[in-house]
Amino acid sequence: MLTKQLTIFMEDREGRLCEVLEILKENDINVLSASIADNGSDFGLFRMTVSDTEKAYEALKAKGMMVKITEIIAVTVPHRTGSLETILKAISEADINIQYMYGMASEDHQAAIAIKTDNQEKALEVLKKVEHVTANTN
Amino acid sequence: MIWNEAKECMSRDEIESIQSARLVKVVNRVYHNVEYYRKKMQAAGLEPGDIKGIEDLSKLPFTTYEDLNATYPFGLAAVPKSELVRVHASSGTTGKPKIAVYTRRDIDIWAECAARCMTMAGITRDDVIQVGYGYGLFTGGLGAHYGAEYLGALVIPMSTGNTEKLVNMMVDCQATAIACTPSYLLHVAETLRDKKLLDKVKLRVALCGAEPWTDNMRQQMEDLLHIKAFDIYGLTEICGPGVATDCECHKGLHIWEDHFLPEIIDPATGEQIDSSICGELVITTLTKEGMPLIRYRTKDLTTIDKTPCECGRTMARIQRFKGRSDDMLIIRGVNVFPSQVEAALLTIDGTTPHYMMVVDRKNNEDTLEVQVEVEDRFFSDDVRGLEELSGKVRSALKRAIGLNAKVKLVEPNGLVHSDGKTKHVTDNRKLY
Repeated sequence: MLTKQLTIFMEDREGRLCEVLEILKENDINVLSASIADNGSDFGLFRMTVSDTEKAYEALKAKGMMVKITEIIAVTVPHRTGSLETILKAISEADINIQYMYGMASEDHQAAIAIKTDNQEKALEVLKKVEHVTANTN
Repeated sequence: MIWNEAKECMSRDEIESIQSARLVKVVNRVYHNVEYYRKKMQAAGLEPGDIKGIEDLSKLPFTTYEDLNATYPFGLAAVPKSELVRVHASSGTTGKPKIAVYTRRDIDIWAECAARCMTMAGITRDDVIQVGYGYGLFTGGLGAHYGAEYLGALVIPMSTGNTEKLVNMMVDCQATAIACTPSYLLHVAETLRDKKLLDKVKLRVALCGAEPWTDNMRQQMEDLLHIKAFDIYGLTEICGPGVATDCECHKGLHIWEDHFLPEIIDPATGEQIDSSICGELVITTLTKEGMPLIRYRTKDLTTIDKTPCECGRTMARIQRFKGRSDDMLIIRGVNVFPSQVEAALLTIDGTTPHYMMVVDRKNNEDTLEVQVEVEDRFFSDDVRGLEELSGKVRSALKRAIGLNAKVKLVEPNGLVHSDGKTKHVTDNRKLY
């Protein structure tokens, strides 16, 4: 269920996202999921999972980008009403805080999400016990 | 109108003979009363008798900010403390402030000089003047206040910080004149416009100083407020507003040469040069008792025109400043050195020593953005951590320079130029 994610520091500057994506394309790396968080004014964090994390990390570093690898929980749940609520409730009842989450690419009829919490190990244990939750292998 | 025609319109010969006599006196005074000056003169192999007139001025050693710093707070005082009545200090908040001390007579002469400046701007005892400079250690508020009172005008001591009240009182008291920084005046003008009060004010003249401004800004404020705007120059170390002002001809600022002896030097070599060539303005105070300054380097770059002016005054005119010989910036009237920003950043874990100060003027207010590189090891997958870092930088800057700056975190190596040199300031205001 744990998947490696890239976090790239983004200056608030036009064209920055494209620069990142171009580097990935040049290195034949596929983007599987992506999310942007910003603080509303001066910088943002570009988070993504890719087809080859290590290669992407090196390529971005080589271009002078500030990038970190973080482990996130990547799970799929049935694509139906209440699924997301079920797992978030399980995490919340275990007193774990979610720092961020975003949607990922997934198989048909499944919904995949990436979750980062303040206690990843415990969150994993909790999620393993929730019915219909499986690791997202995409 | 001329406040003191006997002085302001003297012939060049008269001016120079007064200057020579006063220079000899002040050199004697500091030699005998100020150990620091005496040692400096002795080190240069000088005795008071070597200075017989202004032609010997260039023999004297300079006085710089470093000298003020070394003698802080009262080491350059030339009279016993009991004779001193006032302290003023510079706006900078890191390191030791530039301080100046005044005797009763110094305050009176300052008021006379400020009154001359105000008269030059057309202000009379019939005017109601709002002083919109800060009152306190800063020389602006009290300097303009004493000058206006000396002149006999009705003074409204507004100080800074409450524009709403200022514009209301401007209307209620039918103020006809204002003294404040040029950027603040433009802010006031816009406030009046937004409140639809422009046709209710009787303002006709503004005396603006404490920061560099342009003819464009003059045009803007004159058009918006239907006033005449004049430039007034002063500096904490010499005395605040009242050192020089421009007359209605707007061909430079008349400097009161019977009290302040100006010269131009080459900032690189320190050599006195023809004052019609642009260089650093150096001022010797001729009549100051509390803290006379001998050849004080202002770091302001300009030229001096000693030809008589069409307005009738003969006092030399310093031209609009063409820049600084150091890297000091004046932001919202506050003196800021890049080194202060650098020192503040060094106290913060998580930033590199690379930074860029971007100064601009938006809606007539100076803005400062400080771009700071984030250290790679400090970067984490966490918006909050970076926000905290940015907040820390903001408060360190506030402590160091006394200004609220916008902080922008940038990637490492984002600020280093390809030639390896790092530029620390981008000033988009184009003030010079």
